[in-house]
Amino acid sequence: MEKVVSRHFGQDSTQSFVNYLKDNGYRAARKALTEMTPAGVIDEVKNSNLRGLGGAGFPTGLKWSFIPKDNPKPKYLVVNADEGEPGTFKDKYILEQDPHALIEGIIITCFAIQSHKAYVYVRGEYAKAFGSLQNAVNEAYKAGFLGAGIMGTGFNIDVVVHPGAGAYICGEETGLLESLEGKKGFPRLKPPFPAVVGLFGCPTVINNVETIACVPPIINKGSEWYVQLGCAKNGGNRLFCVSGHVQRPGIYELPLGTPLREIIYDHAGGILKGRQLKAVIPGGISAPVLTPDQIDVKMDFDSLKAIGSMAGSGGVVVMDETTDMVFAAMVAARFFAHESCGQCSPCREGSGWVYRNLKRIYEGTARPYDLINLAGIVNNIGGNTICAFGDAVTMCLSSYVSKFRHEFESKIKGRVCNTN
Amino acid sequence: MDKITAKYEQKRAALLPVLHFVQVKEGLISSDAEQNIAEYLSIPVVHVHEVVSFYHLFRQTPEGKYHFSVCQTIACALRGSEEIIEHIQSRLGIKPGETTPDGKFSLSVVECLGACETAPVMQGNKEYIGCLNKKKIDEIIDQEK
Repeated sequence: MEKVVSRHFGQDSTQSFVNYLKDNGYRAARKALTEMTPAGVIDEVKNSNLRGLGGAGFPTGLKWSFIPKDNPKPKYLVVNADEGEPGTFKDKYILEQDPHALIEGIIITCFAIQSHKAYVYVRGEYAKAFGSLQNAVNEAYKAGFLGAGIMGTGFNIDVVVHPGAGAYICGEETGLLESLEGKKGFPRLKPPFPAVVGLFGCPTVINNVETIACVPPIINKGSEWYVQLGCAKNGGNRLFCVSGHVQRPGIYELPLGTPLREIIYDHAGGILKGRQLKAVIPGGISAPVLTPDQIDVKMDFDSLKAIGSMAGSGGVVVMDETTDMVFAAMVAARFFAHESCGQCSPCREGSGWVYRNLKRIYEGTARPYDLINLAGIVNNIGGNTICAFGDAVTMCLSSYVSKFRHEFESKIKGRVCNTN
Repeated sequence: MDKITAKYEQKRAALLPVLHFVQVKEGLISSDAEQNIAEYLSIPVVHVHEVVSFYHLFRQTPEGKYHFSVCQTIACALRGSEEIIEHIQSRLGIKPGETTPDGKFSLSVVECLGACETAPVMQGNKEYIGCLNKKKIDEIIDQEK
């Protein structure tokens, strides 16, 4: 299988610039700037079926085409490197091991949307990734790939690497913009969408690190090549992050549409200690959990949506037969309660209630009506908040209760029997 | 700090990097620092304070010389983070959010650090340390004592 984004992983990362240049580095950027028009670049990316690999799966070329051409304000590219979805660790590898792939992608994207300034928002904990990206940006400036009149053209690009400070919600694109403006990361009401009113009130494209890193190969080898790597309407490969109860946790670059069974059993080496699979989260903690009878699903945006889950960020978390699903749900709820930004009451209050409720069930101190209460609270968060965080709480937690209801019930019944 | 603010279209956008800069220098963000930063960026001090209190990585109380930030989210929870956290607590006699009386160690329990392939994982003074077990924790504590 042909590796695209991970092709330089595992090389000596102190030599990443030299290695990148040897492997036709920055040729795609030169091609875009000297042989193509901005509209031509957007069309190529549209035709490639590249979709947002941060989690939403929105068609990338289409997103770029929303930037108004007649708006006199400056335009911005913001790269979302605030990787925080539990179970996800792929962007870290790109930033640490192949940062120039991201920088070249930034150059091409800036040209496509006619932006002269890009910000990369790196999560605060990723100090090493921040350092390696900043170092690569400095190398690119020195080599004339960034700055004024890059590569002998008249085009200017400045790149700022910006540190986050530990808030999951800043991975939400408008929360990220607020944070980048020096505020709390409260997501914005949409519309207006960032393509029209984004950073500093100007038209802005926000893309994930992996998405942008896919752009240079598309320009080099063409959209047709990229389309055939993936499956219907899901171009290319993606980096699957596998963790939990598997033999070989790690990053696996595989075509979109690879069956989940193959990822777990062939690539990640199967379940730890030869145990049986009990449940698997297919795309980061927000994605509804799947049961073993569902793992023949193809891992692309449309197939996972069709079975009521989501491809999300590509974070595959595997749980074996020893897993207490009430515990797993409680851990998820604890995460949501901790990371709710506090802007919308249903999410701020609801996520805390849900966590405390699940904690009671897990610890065996639940009241008989706690499971009914739980459903009531969970179902009143999603759809009642500004951003998709509330929907994630609802979708994620209801999947645990509906698919493993007997475990929740038996914990509550056990408690009732004990007290009687 | 002028170097930092020069990168941004609006001065106030430099608030997060400026706070990081101050915290690295002083170990925490004091009320005086909030006041000075507010004046420097021409924003109200309450605005600086709400940002400091919103983001988990900014702190207003000192942490120990060696700070454990142990992940408790799903991938780590499945691979035994609870045991690790309990072990640190019993070895040091402190709870999450506390510092040992001699100021040598402090402990935070945090959400996903983005290193699930090495679960259970923590940051020890910002450095990622993965595949944790009790022995590794003991070695760190003995070394840093």
